[in-house]
Amino acid sequence: MSDSQGHSVAFVRTETIPQSAAPLTAAGPVKWMRDNLFATPANSLLTVAALYVVYLILSATLPWLLNGVWNAGSLAECREILQGTSGACFAVLTERWPQLIFGFKYPSTEYWRPVVAFLLMFVAMAPVLFFDLPRKLLIVTGLFPFVAFWLIWGGTIWVPIFALVGVIVGYLVYARFVAKSFAIGFFGGIAAAMVVWYITGFILPYVTPEEPFLTAVPSRDLGGYMLNMMLGVTCVSLSVPLGIALALGRQSSMPLIKWICVIFIEFIRGVPLITLLFVASVMLAYFFPPDQTVDLFLRVVIMITMFSAAYIAEVIRGGLAALPKGQYEAADSLGLDYSQAMRLIILPQALKISIPGIVNVAVGLFKDTTLVSVISMFDIVGMIRGPILASTDWNGVYWELFLFACAVFFVVCYGISQYSQWLERRLATDHR
Amino acid sequence: MLLNDTRYRSLTLQAIAAILLALSLGYIVSNLLANLAAQDLNISFEFLGSPAGYDINQTLIDYTSQSSNMRAAVVGIINTLLVAFLACITATVFGVIAGVLRLSNNWLVAKLMSFYVEIFRNIPVLIWILIIYTIMTAVMPGARSYLGDDPDIDLLGGLFAFTNRGVYIPAPFFTSGIGGEEGSVINWLIVIAALFGSLFATRFMTARANKIQEDTGVRPNTLFINLAIWLVPLVVLAFILGLSWDIPDPLANRFNLRGGIQIGAPLIALWFALSIYTGAFIAENVRAGIQAVSKGQTEAASALGLRPNRTMSLVVLPQALRVIIPPLISQYLNITKNSSLAIAVGYADITATLGGITLNQTGRAIECVLLLMLFYLTISLLISAVMNVYNNAMKLKER
Repeated sequence: MSDSQGHSVAFVRTETIPQSAAPLTAAGPVKWMRDNLFATPANSLLTVAALYVVYLILSATLPWLLNGVWNAGSLAECREILQGTSGACFAVLTERWPQLIFGFKYPSTEYWRPVVAFLLMFVAMAPVLFFDLPRKLLIVTGLFPFVAFWLIWGGTIWVPIFALVGVIVGYLVYARFVAKSFAIGFFGGIAAAMVVWYITGFILPYVTPEEPFLTAVPSRDLGGYMLNMMLGVTCVSLSVPLGIALALGRQSSMPLIKWICVIFIEFIRGVPLITLLFVASVMLAYFFPPDQTVDLFLRVVIMITMFSAAYIAEVIRGGLAALPKGQYEAADSLGLDYSQAMRLIILPQALKISIPGIVNVAVGLFKDTTLVSVISMFDIVGMIRGPILASTDWNGVYWELFLFACAVFFVVCYGISQYSQWLERRLATDHR
Repeated sequence: MLLNDTRYRSLTLQAIAAILLALSLGYIVSNLLANLAAQDLNISFEFLGSPAGYDINQTLIDYTSQSSNMRAAVVGIINTLLVAFLACITATVFGVIAGVLRLSNNWLVAKLMSFYVEIFRNIPVLIWILIIYTIMTAVMPGARSYLGDDPDIDLLGGLFAFTNRGVYIPAPFFTSGIGGEEGSVINWLIVIAALFGSLFATRFMTARANKIQEDTGVRPNTLFINLAIWLVPLVVLAFILGLSWDIPDPLANRFNLRGGIQIGAPLIALWFALSIYTGAFIAENVRAGIQAVSKGQTEAASALGLRPNRTMSLVVLPQALRVIIPPLISQYLNITKNSSLAIAVGYADITATLGGITLNQTGRAIECVLLLMLFYLTISLLISAVMNVYNNAMKLKER
């Protein structure tokens, strides 16, 4: 046999044949569909049922959406244009756009002010949300509350300036004394700021101009989606520090402080937000001095902040509890005192663990700002249910308005939760 | 200084906190008293005894506009508990189905379920309640479409009517039970007692089956006997008590349907909206719970020779439930608290009666809001207590 190797044999290939493509059923879309849609008879049935559901939803909504009318003065006009065919009357959005966004009382010549504040908000939030940005941008973040207050409410510029001066003086005092003891620096700073605000309160009437550069807009004129945004941003940013304080208080070894925090947190978490808003609208006024009227917006901010602070405190408590005991002991063995241990070792780690929970609370809180429509504040839901649906022009345009409200909330809430997932991946320092 | 001496620091700080707390409480109370004095008001709960003076359209107990404010509040409490109970059941059903299907290996179904969860979790529940309320009131036909000899729409199966005022369903009643034609609550108590009896009997049967399996290795089939235990007493009771159905009648009246049970549009809107909204959250909890059971558990069960359904019921589910149930209970708590949004669609729950109409009519803001908070606090403390008992019972018992 060995001598036959020299010449060619008919059934032995001398060169490799090119790879042939996989059978149609074992690769590409067909295989994917077999694996993911028609794996078993039951699965195929499920797929068909799901396809039918998708068809039902699309066939009901697509013509309505695509056939929408964007230019009309009233529902009657809309129907005339549509002439009986199915179609949305999105004209209500274009016509009532300012009302949906700014409410129906905000002076229309001043719409640029909230818009500027809104755009500034992105610049102010960027360095907090994305750490890679230059740290100098934090100056904008620090100035933003004062600038936004001045833009939205208008009036004399001296109110935010004096407020800012108070904060700066407080910070300087804090920075001077924090090396000695955190408590002295912290409370000294607060006291200094209070003193500055008290003194400037006397100066204010003398420097207030007759005709301020920006006309003053009272809080009750705020409305629309702007109100939801303002409540959401203000209350979330106020409730995070308060929540941290409550969580630390609940972990405290001092029984009195611990019990104050426990009772506060459990009380707030036990009642619905609506009852707290009732407190804000009908009850809180009784707790302020008789000669003083406190703005409804401020009362609502106080109650919503307390509400979300209690929930954030529970989230952060979970983060604190999740830290290994060794971290606390390590801080002690380094000779750090309580505030140093918390600021340098415990809180950075605990807050990192708590981020998803805090974001959940923030999303929930932002959705809950719609509840203020129940105590007759005209946020976006209040605007839709009140002035817009009650007007003779647009009586009966439910779906377009509700779709709009759904869309604006979905975009923001979904965006926040996507950001939180990105942040979790970014902050993950463990090995995978 | 007291603050720098570790022996006294804690006491000093607490003393400072106590003084600050007392000062701020004193300030608030003195403001409250001054405000009340200025408006010539006092704190008193006498208004609870006076006639309420308003009607409630959906009540489970007897109530007229002459009943006291207290009774209106009780009606509200019962309505709150009713909608919370109904919504908890349906939300669990929706959530479990969506959560399990989201893990399905069918791509389309999994995507549809993620779509459902994301859409409903990211839009306020108040908007959902309003949308479903609008569907109920603006899209459903009026009751008149069902009326007359030749109605525009026939009753569904001759039994159900969906109108813009609510859904009409047949009402069961007993013709020959205690209390005769008038009927009595006792009849229903008998039925409930029978159901409890069946529950205990089936539990006994299961325990017996377990024992036989332990002794002999063969598990007796309990399916049919359990079905019989549930059904036979009910059928017998239905015959003895003379069960009959009061069907909505399109011919009795020219303006509205008569007979049957009317489930008002506000109740349906609230019930359904809370169910689908919370269902999306429960779906996430269910998915997380199932994914928390490691694959090794399933593989170990197969290695022991368990069939897939036994693996599910004996190995995966008990471990997944340990993860699922605590967040599930807090979702139930959320449903109860969110049911206070009833006020937006005019369902007479406790917030709408005590915190709404009674508050506005009597002007007793402080008393009403305090009672309202007390009610919700009691409910949530009760639910927390149940959760603690469960957590302790389910704690991993490590040796």
